[in-house]
Amino acid sequence: MTTAVAPPRSEEGLREGSRRGIPSHGKATPWLFLAPYLVLFLAFVAAPVVLGAWISLHRWDYTLPNKPFVGLDNYVRLFDTSSITAAQFWDAMQATGIFTVFSVPFLLTVPLGVALVMNMRFKGRNFFRAVYFAPYVLGVAVVAVLWRYLLDNNIGLVNYYLGLLGLPDSTPWLTSSPAVWVSLVGVTVWWTLGFNAVIYLAALQDIPGELYEAARVDGANARQQFRNVTLPGLRPVLGFITTITIIASANMFGQSYLMTQGGPGRQTRTAIYQIAETGLRNYQMGTAAAMSYILTAGLMVLSIVVFWLFRERKG
Amino acid sequence: MATTTTRPPAGVPTRRKPVGRAVVRYVLLVLLAALFISPLVYMVVTSFKTRGEAAGFPPTWVPTPPTTAAYESILNAPGTPVLRWFANSLMAATANAALVVATSTLAGFALARMRFRGRGVVFGVVVATLFVPPVILIIPNYLIVGQLAWLNTLLAIIVPTAASAFGVFFMRQFFVGLPGELEEAARLDGANQWQTFYKVALPLARPALATLALLSFLTNWNDFLWPVYVLFSPEIQTLPAGLSTLQTANAVRYDLLMAGAVIASIPVLAMYVFLQRYIIEGVSRSGLKG
Repeated sequence: MTTAVAPPRSEEGLREGSRRGIPSHGKATPWLFLAPYLVLFLAFVAAPVVLGAWISLHRWDYTLPNKPFVGLDNYVRLFDTSSITAAQFWDAMQATGIFTVFSVPFLLTVPLGVALVMNMRFKGRNFFRAVYFAPYVLGVAVVAVLWRYLLDNNIGLVNYYLGLLGLPDSTPWLTSSPAVWVSLVGVTVWWTLGFNAVIYLAALQDIPGELYEAARVDGANARQQFRNVTLPGLRPVLGFITTITIIASANMFGQSYLMTQGGPGRQTRTAIYQIAETGLRNYQMGTAAAMSYILTAGLMVLSIVVFWLFRERKG
Repeated sequence: MATTTTRPPAGVPTRRKPVGRAVVRYVLLVLLAALFISPLVYMVVTSFKTRGEAAGFPPTWVPTPPTTAAYESILNAPGTPVLRWFANSLMAATANAALVVATSTLAGFALARMRFRGRGVVFGVVVATLFVPPVILIIPNYLIVGQLAWLNTLLAIIVPTAASAFGVFFMRQFFVGLPGELEEAARLDGANQWQTFYKVALPLARPALATLALLSFLTNWNDFLWPVYVLFSPEIQTLPAGLSTLQTANAVRYDLLMAGAVIASIPVLAMYVFLQRYIIEGVSRSGLKG
């Protein structure tokens, strides 16, 4: 892969010159540099997007030889309220919706608060930053297995310490609703807080100090400085963080797979969980592909709304 | 360099700053830090408890007596070959990181330092791919991987996720930042495009390469959904998928589960402790200049 590079063409290089220091090269050279990535991209991103749409138009059972074309049947059935498939799918979409609605606000605000504090100058700043970021490197499996233990309603640390504080100490955190949502959201915030905080912090450090200087000269207090300098300075990154956080929350899987197994009942079985089980355990891939297209369409609409909300405003 | 919202700039005397506020801040910071560290400490502590103590109440912070029984048990259980999982994870994450770094560096260099028709389109597609929800790829990629006869092999978790839009974006941003005189000087020395890339740009990119390699390794090491569904045999699991197997087999054997979790955490935590700067800087740069 690294040997496939075109030889230099010196005449062409002289003819074109090099505006802004970009030297000339053969026509094929950039494509040879891009080729290894493009091969992977075509095979595992572009082709799947098309193939997924194709599958969703078929009754595609992995284990059966015939995969008849059924048009939009899979989609129609997912909107037919009397079918069990549809009921289960929309329950799962609802679970994804609940988790997203309750997790995203915390995942946007708590890390911002942490980043604002970390942006001050004080001893040990890097140490604290490293500590808050640490859970993120552990991955969802370790985090979920660990918290299932901590949240165990009989022997877990959480109920034990709640009891010591004189609070209710027998909440079934993983087997009753709405406590289960508190657990899933709380663990997710614990796990990924540092990730968003680090992105916020970088953006905060990019805001020119003179802006605060000017605001202070104008007599702005801390709150006014936050409103008029910090928030506008964060706008581009806010749009980015909001979008990736929504996508991440809407794709929540490991926490519920490992901590609640989708329970109690099927209440925390998220859309992606349902899609994976439908397509890869029960091999109803046509239905599962249709589900993933509906979920993706929803997310795209949401992303566009977010993009529009955080767009650069003129004037 | 750091600007603050509440403190005056350096040099201005902080006469009326109450000491109390700094103390309150430290107390809050330490409490929050405890909330982040204590679960990890408890995980390690529990992995050295006996079966009875791990399931006992009230919880204890010092194993009495400390024992390595949990480790011996999971390392020797035939249904849960933890060492094999460890090797699998290590191989997959290393190979995946190498593949991501190689393909992203080449593509990022072309997008940043070469002019050609279609560059804008390719870059636009890369950026758009950053926002493609992974859920849309699961079902079709399972079929593609199946066609390639990669199901239940490590190739299934090494290759498909190596198509990293993030990696290309990341390396492109890095190469864009290099000064324009770079190629100028290289070309005066008679270097061709490949030599410019290989001998001049690449050595300068070492920190960026290290960061991307680390982030890719971490992502692959921790990946969960995909390995759970494409790897079936006990001996071909990765550690996160294996933890799931371990949990199914030993629902309330928290001593065993914590030992497994510790084993799955050691490499990434060690990397984090020593290479933290690269990891945090890599993440912090991912949100900028989008």
